[in-house]
Amino acid sequence: MSLYQLTAHELHEKLKAREITSAELTQSVIDRIDAVEGLIEGYITLTKETALQQAEVADVGFQRGDEMPPLAGIPIAIKDVICTKGVLTTCGSKILGNFVPPYDATVTTKLHQQGSVVIGKTNMDEFAMGSSTENSAYRITRNPWDLDTIPGGSSGGSAAVVAADEAICSLGSDTGGSIRQPAALCGVVGMKPTYGRVSRFGLVAFASSLDQIGPFTKDVTDCALMLNAICGHDPMDSTSVNLPTPDYTKYLTNDIEGLRIGVPREYFIEGMDTEVESIVHTAVEALRECGATIEEISLPHTEYAIATYYIIAPAEASANLARYDGVRYGYRAEEADELIEMYKKTRSRGFGEEVKRRIMLGTYALSSGYYDAYYLKGQKARTLIKSDFDRAFEAVDIIVTPTSPTPAFKVGERTADPLQMYLSDVLTTPSSLAGLPGISVPCGLTEGGLPIGLQMLAAPFEEGKILNAAYTFEQHTNHHLQKPDL
Amino acid sequence: MSTITPEEVEHVANLARLEFNEEEIAEFTHQLGRILDYIGKLNELDTTDVPPTSHVLPLHNVQKADDAHPSYDRAVVLDTAPSAEEGYFEVPKVIE
Repeated sequence: MSLYQLTAHELHEKLKAREITSAELTQSVIDRIDAVEGLIEGYITLTKETALQQAEVADVGFQRGDEMPPLAGIPIAIKDVICTKGVLTTCGSKILGNFVPPYDATVTTKLHQQGSVVIGKTNMDEFAMGSSTENSAYRITRNPWDLDTIPGGSSGGSAAVVAADEAICSLGSDTGGSIRQPAALCGVVGMKPTYGRVSRFGLVAFASSLDQIGPFTKDVTDCALMLNAICGHDPMDSTSVNLPTPDYTKYLTNDIEGLRIGVPREYFIEGMDTEVESIVHTAVEALRECGATIEEISLPHTEYAIATYYIIAPAEASANLARYDGVRYGYRAEEADELIEMYKKTRSRGFGEEVKRRIMLGTYALSSGYYDAYYLKGQKARTLIKSDFDRAFEAVDIIVTPTSPTPAFKVGERTADPLQMYLSDVLTTPSSLAGLPGISVPCGLTEGGLPIGLQMLAAPFEEGKILNAAYTFEQHTNHHLQKPDL
Repeated sequence: MSTITPEEVEHVANLARLEFNEEEIAEFTHQLGRILDYIGKLNELDTTDVPPTSHVLPLHNVQKADDAHPSYDRAVVLDTAPSAEEGYFEVPKVIE
């Protein structure tokens, strides 16, 4: 095995024992990037030089025999929607094509505090709006399992680089499924923590009541380590929650005897891929064999989630994206000689098609005369969707579902029809609207060799329960050890 | 809920400070119409006595102490601007 193929917890043992140095590890990941990035195109910006400098700093600590944090010296990629001081942060958009933030996001600071090595910034759908990473202004990222297919989105770059061993772990952001769906499609572990668990300070805002940062990793142990590193209250984000932060690795007991698992009948929808359905049913049986009790449950408002999401998220986005006006940062259309004209030209040229579509949709939903019919109605539907989950968690500990109704689809297959693309997120948006934690873990491959993800959901701040269920599943099945041929 | 007209698309574009040519207006009218028709599905739900959810957590009026902290240096912040002069962001003419 090459170093770049290992997990963070395996590498930490080797670093601690001084069998390897972070400089060697970082070079190994850089060599891997040089070998396969031309095929994957998962990165927008690479930071190889500073990565090697950060590796040397970590190595000083290891050589001195210091007590080093679990992610010290580990090469990690960061989605390009998360601010990195002094490093280009484009959000996959032309309008931020030259934006170099003067500050770090809180999660970036936390990775630096761990002594991690930041290897680069990953490709994404522009402003995290999309389900295939095809809405990036910069490049089309390919799924490492089949280069003709998309990696999912919006954090497609972050998922693909971990699947292709071009980073040991990565950070993404999830608004309606943007971590879990690409994790499923790329065969890696991806977690969206409870809304408020991780600070959003320095995460460029898309839909503020939904956005949450989370990790992509090669196994569940690494996921727990990443969550340990990034979670916690932050005075810079008033929606981050002031609760104690447990050591999530302590939940990984490999014992789910008596765990009550609910399988919602509404998540096995018409038009679902039959292989997805059968692979997920096999996975649920595996959880039963591990000692969990399985019961069918109902989440009756599931079918309204996409409609609700596509009111609330664009409405919030239309307000958040008002800040891109060509005045304080980013692109400005130069030839306008009057202010309003400058705004219009800047925004019309700087934003891509999908972003404009959502700004239009959101502006319409919030406009005079339509607010009650759309935005208020959406917020009320959100209450009903959330109540479904509240009721379900009175009877079960966790909920298990497919993460995506289909495996990775072909590049270009859904770009012509925005509504069809929106429906890619049908199984992840309900829990996003309810603010719940969710994880996607690999649970098998289709006959065509594409990965399928198993989604596990828990009540707010119960990340430990789904981490342990996912860990137990992983130990029992080993699907996570399968790698794409590149 | 009604299907959107080209005139409404133009009105919303102005509110959002976006501009489109005729072809784009036609395309947006069609696409937004389809999406709004789909969203119309929510009318099946009786939400008469349902309170709206604006935030999923029971957080209210989070305040912090009124302490002064150093902020970013003005020059650093202005450095990200497309155009700055004498310590200000520079913009095209606002008043005739």
